[in-house]
Amino acid sequence: METGRRATLTPEMFEPVGMDAQEGERIAGPPSNFWRDAWRRLKRNKVALFGLVSIVFVIAAAYVGPLISGYGPYAQDLSVRLQGSSSEHWFGTDSFGRDLFTRVWQGTQISLYIAFLAAFIDIAIGIGYGAISAYYGGWIDSVMQRIIEILVGIPNLVVVILVMIILQPGILTITFALVITGWVGMARLVRGQVMQLKEEEFFLAARSLGAGTGRLIWKHLIPNIVAIAIINLMFTIPNAIFFEAFLSFIGLGITVPQASLGSLVSDGYKFLQGDSYLLWFPAGVLCLLMISFNLLADGLRDALDPRMKK
Amino acid sequence: MLRYTARRLVIAVFTLFIIATVTFFIMQLLPGTPFNDEKLSDEAKAQLEAKYGLDDPLVVQYARYMANMAQGDFGNSFYYNNTPVLGILLGRFPVSAFLGFQAMVVGVFVGMALGIVGALKHNTFWDSTATVVAVLGISIPSFVLGPLMQYWVGVKLGWLPIAFFDSWKHSIMPSIALSVFVIAIIARFMRTEMLEVLAQDYITLAKAKGLSALGVVLRHAVRNSLIPVITVIFPLVVGLVTGSLVIEQIFAIPGIGELFVTSIVVSDYFMIMGTTVFFAVLFVVALLIQDIAYGIIDPRIRVSGGKE
Repeated sequence: METGRRATLTPEMFEPVGMDAQEGERIAGPPSNFWRDAWRRLKRNKVALFGLVSIVFVIAAAYVGPLISGYGPYAQDLSVRLQGSSSEHWFGTDSFGRDLFTRVWQGTQISLYIAFLAAFIDIAIGIGYGAISAYYGGWIDSVMQRIIEILVGIPNLVVVILVMIILQPGILTITFALVITGWVGMARLVRGQVMQLKEEEFFLAARSLGAGTGRLIWKHLIPNIVAIAIINLMFTIPNAIFFEAFLSFIGLGITVPQASLGSLVSDGYKFLQGDSYLLWFPAGVLCLLMISFNLLADGLRDALDPRMKK
Repeated sequence: MLRYTARRLVIAVFTLFIIATVTFFIMQLLPGTPFNDEKLSDEAKAQLEAKYGLDDPLVVQYARYMANMAQGDFGNSFYYNNTPVLGILLGRFPVSAFLGFQAMVVGVFVGMALGIVGALKHNTFWDSTATVVAVLGISIPSFVLGPLMQYWVGVKLGWLPIAFFDSWKHSIMPSIALSVFVIAIIARFMRTEMLEVLAQDYITLAKAKGLSALGVVLRHAVRNSLIPVITVIFPLVVGLVTGSLVIEQIFAIPGIGELFVTSIVVSDYFMIMGTTVFFAVLFVVALLIQDIAYGIIDPRIRVSGGKE
């Protein structure tokens, strides 16, 4: 047995197969990039995916709902006041006989509109301010940071209420009030990021190769802060939805006959004893929206920036 | 440390100064005068304006306003029988403070417990429960949670009084409704910090030298996780005040939040401004305490002069 095996080993068996230097470099799959990786990580996160799906669902419902209900959001019909859910009025009717289903989705549209608008303006100002402050540094940075330091000390509750008192209430006023203080957080975040990026080698390399200020900012800084901006955006939106609803609830928000989720909750609360469905339907949509955005934001943070897991 | 504290103090005072100035100019921008009564003749109006100094130049009015405010005089409320704003505020403060304090205590302890359990039983049923509670607590606004509790606990089950503030029992539901937000924030924070601390070498050492599991958790893990919790003092105070506006309104509690919302509804401007400045002082003090506490604990912040 022993000898038999030894006999089968011949020198021919040890010939080199010949290695191709290129073979090891061959890319097996399609190339991945940052966004594809992030999407892959997000897809694995079932909870975040649930958030994404339900946000898409709510947005779709907000725009389709009023169209298929067959009622106008402001159309009153006093003969059908305060009726519970029925096949005619899916969410019932309010004290003016208006169709609650239509009003809830119409209100969702307005809430979403305010939240998205405020969040995007926040991000735009925040990125601009933060990037300029960090990029130029020196006394410009000092002055800009002192301004921020003071703004941070003034809580948005105070500012928002003061603004709402002097300006005419309405969608744009609420957005404006939210933006005044909202951008500060983003500006601080971007400044911190840019300060870090400025010390990186790729940035030094780009500068040594003679890249101008515009190119440095647009090609090297902005792409590197997009992820953090998106994460911040996703946390800003539910915050804005909450604040708009809060303002409407304490009587500083949307004016009648327009409605937002907050003002519908506020109106419905008055009927808590008898016709509580007027409260539960808008409150349910509001909570679903808030939960979904928070879940998606958490998931996105883990997916886009695994280091930032907090 | 002294230099750092002084710097924070200067910023705090400056912030208050700006808020007071802004409120003054907002008062000027408001339409009409306090004497918009149809029954008043022009002559009587002029007399009243002269009496209250409203016909003085803006600079004089501004100086008087700032001087008054520095002495705690915010003017008189139109709605509440022309009584001084400060008096009403101070009269109502204990109720709000009690409610806020109770909510804070409940929130911090429950939140910490949830966070600690979540971290110790990482990636188990308990951890998921703690996370779900945290997400719900942040997502469900107090003005939805309040009515929800009133409806089920108050009306349907009849366990607790629905509104007003007559006994300690009346404070249970509003306190819980207020504390949910605190629970959520603290639980989240505590869980993350604990997970980080539990991975440290000194925890392994503590275990290796034979400390009991409870000893390791209490004496080493929890203690070290607590330090960064200071950074959430300010957001918590702001959150509690924001929550109190609606919670006091919903539960008909005679606190500052309810007062503020009523003042907005009846356009009682001196009351609104007084309360706003009152809140601003509260927030600025909270931020100051947070910054100084953090400076004491983390020397790096003192040196760089501010946190990033």
